[in-house]
Amino acid sequence: MSSRQMGPPTRDAFGERLAELGKSNDRIVVVDGDVADSTRTKEFFNQFPNRAWNVGIAESNLVGVGAGLAAAGKTPVIASFACFLLCNAYDQIRMGIAFPGLNAKLVGSHGGISPGEDGPSQMAVEDVALACALGGFTVIVPADSESTKALTKAMIEHDGPVYMRTGRPDAPAIYDTEPDVTLGRAITVREGKDLTIIANGLMVAEAMDAAEELAASGTEARVLDMHTVKPIDEDAISKAALETGRIVVAEEHFAHGALGAAVAMVAGRRGAVPMAFVNVGDSYSTSGQPDELFKDAGITTADIVAAAKSLL
Amino acid sequence: MSERSTQELQEIAKKIRKNILAATTEAGSGHPSSSLSGVEVATMLYFGGVLRHDPKRPEWPDRDRFILSKGHAAPLLYSVLAEAGYFSTDDLLTLRKFGSPLEGHPNMRRLPGVEASTGSLGQGLSIGIGHALAAKVDGKDYRVFVMQGDGETQEGQVWEAKMFAGNQQLDNLTLIIDRNRYQQTGKVVEIEDLDPLADKLTSFKWEVTEIDGHEMDQVSKAFDWARGVSGKPQAILASTKKGRGVSFLEKEGNYHGKPVPKEELEKAFKEIEAGLS
Repeated sequence: MSSRQMGPPTRDAFGERLAELGKSNDRIVVVDGDVADSTRTKEFFNQFPNRAWNVGIAESNLVGVGAGLAAAGKTPVIASFACFLLCNAYDQIRMGIAFPGLNAKLVGSHGGISPGEDGPSQMAVEDVALACALGGFTVIVPADSESTKALTKAMIEHDGPVYMRTGRPDAPAIYDTEPDVTLGRAITVREGKDLTIIANGLMVAEAMDAAEELAASGTEARVLDMHTVKPIDEDAISKAALETGRIVVAEEHFAHGALGAAVAMVAGRRGAVPMAFVNVGDSYSTSGQPDELFKDAGITTADIVAAAKSLL
Repeated sequence: MSERSTQELQEIAKKIRKNILAATTEAGSGHPSSSLSGVEVATMLYFGGVLRHDPKRPEWPDRDRFILSKGHAAPLLYSVLAEAGYFSTDDLLTLRKFGSPLEGHPNMRRLPGVEASTGSLGQGLSIGIGHALAAKVDGKDYRVFVMQGDGETQEGQVWEAKMFAGNQQLDNLTLIIDRNRYQQTGKVVEIEDLDPLADKLTSFKWEVTEIDGHEMDQVSKAFDWARGVSGKPQAILASTKKGRGVSFLEKEGNYHGKPVPKEELEKAFKEIEAGLS
């Protein structure tokens, strides 16, 4: 994992900010599929017991109830493990939230392969692609604790359906303080002219480390925190293509249908932009420590450096 | 409860039936028989004084909600909404046509009075629960009514929802199961039997009543009964007939997902007028 200073997990920052927002916004309600201690909606449950429901281990009903609350004018936060939420209740999300375009917020914890020891059944490596495929959805993958707080606020303030992925382990700190965020606008966390690394989630830290390594050999890499996968920041990608000429995309997700695809769809319109993709590929992970699994999947700092060098 | 007499309601039900057939025959597709089985229940809800609603204010926050979970019975919903004045009955003949908000299955974003977008079976009750919880949180007294098909009751989500509503003691929630005994390819009892359905619901902490869903007085009494229940959600198991009101639809048993041919429409209208079945 990244050598950067560790911060709290993104799920912690989400839970903390959600409870804070609950004080000033009484439209916020929470439904959780009996994993509130894992998703970190627990603090909201503690503070607002009348506005939070544990729907039990029943994701289809969880999402349907959330949809009804949204239709009745509430701002529901619907929380479970990312894999169960998206994969178990996909049609309920499609019919109940996406199709009518309701103002509901899905938050899936335990994104990516970093849940580690729990193994592949608990890992979400398809969630971002599934969420991006839903009509009208905004899809967010925060990089660290500080940005998660800002993005949680932005998610609640956004009028429309949102999916946000949070993570289980401690997340390396990218931001010292809470950054200004706008959904759909990437944050340039490092400037560079030779190539651009576009990343989100825990891969932003790996990308920053990779940029430092590349700098040591004279290559200046720009790093974009692409916290919003949909709608994607087309301007930032176009600029990266024009100004740096090469793009590496790094994400803790399967190869198909998520950040890599979203970036390529924009970059492709800019003509021939050499690209490389660092992701979990097309096969499931296993149990182990997150750093072991990152290495096994080929999504470490070294993999990003190698991908960058392949473009130079 | 109703200001209208049983006979007046029966006359409205006849209009609803004819509109269901007219719309689906004009469209050349749709589910008239699945719509006909729910006519008395829907008529009682919208015209019998059960549902607190105002066609001029479809977004009125204090309105009662009716959610048609069996979305393929959209012609039934559209016919009662049009008759109630949410939009013109002329619009019924645009059913399923490009540009019309009367889509093949209900789309809440396009048509006033439609509370949920349905058509993927098994989801309406959960959505109804969300509305019912919102009412409790806000201290509002609106009620939520959900109509579900009996074939639809095979969906797993339905039972998640029933368990949750029972445990939450949602007494502002009334479920009507339109037991017309058929699903797409045959009889419910032969494909995936639901019985003993009343016992199942009772064991899920619901209050249950069983009625003839075509007897207006029984339907009326069932809604009165539901309103009087406290501390539990209520289920009305309405025994109905698919294609009710038109002999050649009823006779076939499972006349599913096809309109009445144009040349037989007048015959069907006459039967409905005469009240034969």
